[in-house]
Amino acid sequence: MSELAIDREIDRSKMQVSDEIAIEITNMNKWYGAFHVLRDINLTVNQGERIVIAGPSGSGKSTLIRCLNALEEHQQGKIVVDGTELSNDLKNIDKIRSEVGMVFQHFNLFPHLTILENCTLAPIWVRKTPRKEAEETAMHFLEKVKIPEQANKYPGQLSGGQQQRVAIARSLCMRPRIMLFDEPTSALDPEMIKEVLDTMIELAEEGMTMLCVTHEMGFARQVANRVIFMDAGQIVEQNEPEEFFNNPQSERTKLFLSQILGH
Amino acid sequence: MSDIGFVRTEMLPEREPPASTVGALGWARANLFSNWFNSILTLASLYAIYAILAAILPWVFSPTWNGASLNNCREILTAAGSVGDHGTSGACWGVIRERWIQLLFGFYPSELYWRPVLAFILLGVALAPVLFSDNVPSKMLIFSALYPFIFPWLLWGGTIWGPIAALAGFVLGWVVYSAVSKTMSSLMGIVLGAVAALVWWLLLSSYFTGALNSILPIGIEVVESRKFGGFMLSITIGVVAIACSLPLGIVLALGRQSDLMIVKYICVGFIEFIRGVPLITLLFVASTLLNIFMPPGTNFDIILRVLIMVTLFAAAYMAEVIRGGLAALPRGQYEGADSLGLNYWQAQRLVIMPQALKISIPGIVSTFIGVFKDTTLVSIIGLLDPLGLSNAIRADANWNGVVWELYGFIALLFFIFCFGMSRYSMYLERKLHTGHR
Repeated sequence: MSELAIDREIDRSKMQVSDEIAIEITNMNKWYGAFHVLRDINLTVNQGERIVIAGPSGSGKSTLIRCLNALEEHQQGKIVVDGTELSNDLKNIDKIRSEVGMVFQHFNLFPHLTILENCTLAPIWVRKTPRKEAEETAMHFLEKVKIPEQANKYPGQLSGGQQQRVAIARSLCMRPRIMLFDEPTSALDPEMIKEVLDTMIELAEEGMTMLCVTHEMGFARQVANRVIFMDAGQIVEQNEPEEFFNNPQSERTKLFLSQILGH
Repeated sequence: MSDIGFVRTEMLPEREPPASTVGALGWARANLFSNWFNSILTLASLYAIYAILAAILPWVFSPTWNGASLNNCREILTAAGSVGDHGTSGACWGVIRERWIQLLFGFYPSELYWRPVLAFILLGVALAPVLFSDNVPSKMLIFSALYPFIFPWLLWGGTIWGPIAALAGFVLGWVVYSAVSKTMSSLMGIVLGAVAALVWWLLLSSYFTGALNSILPIGIEVVESRKFGGFMLSITIGVVAIACSLPLGIVLALGRQSDLMIVKYICVGFIEFIRGVPLITLLFVASTLLNIFMPPGTNFDIILRVLIMVTLFAAAYMAEVIRGGLAALPRGQYEGADSLGLNYWQAQRLVIMPQALKISIPGIVSTFIGVFKDTTLVSIIGLLDPLGLSNAIRADANWNGVVWELYGFIALLFFIFCFGMSRYSMYLERKLHTGHR
């Protein structure tokens, strides 16, 4: 995969990592049946961090971030998101899900609702926001992702890149403190990847805490403050992007980088 | 520049398609006469249609509307000269003229015909906001919610306090539910609300009705179930079974997918049992066996028993149709709803069900149509639906030997209803189409 050039200056003034802990994972293990997918994961994410998780397919990176909002259940260890521990208590799970936004590879917009309805659904039903206020918030975020004019169309009428930007706006309407991105550009045509990455960069510039599973190494290099490399369900290496790309330590990381950046 | 190099300097404009491919002529060319074989098939089909119509139409348009009996019809036809190789050839429509009202209402007292007629007109009014939500103000849904209490009262009659007591049971259940769910959990609220409503309906409401009826006896004449018949009976059973089986089917389909073991196996057991038993068997159970299990002296209306059985039967099929729709939804829809913090019931109601039901529309409407036609089976347990009546009519000495006219008339009425449902489902599918998924 080639490295997509990010052709603009990134405003780093608000990209500050605070001391406040956003996510804390201790000794987390997960199995699919007998298969050990995640092994002894320990990870602390501070408020304001922008973390890119990279790794070969099947290494457990998607599973890891899906555990953070309980789309997948972990069997051992402890996950604390924004001060709330993920347990079997449904109230905790619903609370965390409404505080943590998630963007999927295949957008997962609701095709029977218009763009605006997609964006107002959760604020109205989960947050009990009055409809008018929810619609104003939704239009604000749709303007932010630069598609306010599509508000009354259905997802099926939009291009892939537009749909993914709507998905980002839909998550933002819940005013999350943390955003999770699960391969947000992998299902997109090359021409559309850039518009989605631009939206993500703007989000980073506003100081959002972000965890991105992505193969966009240009994004990792320029926006992330930490890159995590996973293989076989474990965190193999993590470092600042500069160090990670220029001076990888483990053999597995070197092999991975040479394969995705090598040509 | 080498000779393979090419650069377009201006884009080509759009052009009209060739005249021979558009319009009626183009359509006929493409669909009817695209090659010599298709042309022959077209001509042969046209001849076949002509031959069939030429045979049927004279039979249909026979001047026997005023015939008083089958023999009288034959005399009219002989006088008109339409005599074929096997006696007279022509329909005897006298039977329909004389008996159509019976085919519609059975033995319902004729001075009270206005009640079923009004009930079915109001049915249309109640259905309008449900079926055509775009064009009808949604405030009319209040009437739709009250209609289930008006409908049986109009048909069976009796004191007005009966439906009001039934309605009060729902109100009571709701009050208990909202009081309990605020202080305790919502599950407790549902259970206690249901218990309160059941206690009211089974134990208390008869005293309430009796007491109020002795103070203020407002009511209309009672019509017993055995006087019901004809299309009125078919439509009553069909409408109730259709209206009740859809929500029941949704609950069963969700229960079948539930993570809760007991709920899941109860639903699977129910669905598989009902689907594994012929409807006729269930109807016999309703008409004969149930009486054995009831305490002596209880009077459990035969039409009500049939309604329950047909509804359960339809609900089992409905559940499987809806499960198909649920299975067709990508997992991402569940995850999208979950990730936004919607709880189970919100996700089902706002995201999953609207899409699953939309996918299932053709199957749901097929089940509706099937249920409506299956109502003719009640003639076997002695209820006088149109088919049951047609046997009675043919036993009349005047009309002994009439077959096609009666069954044709019944078939035509059934066709009108079923075709209407089918067309509505296509309208609904078009309306709900929101581009590719």
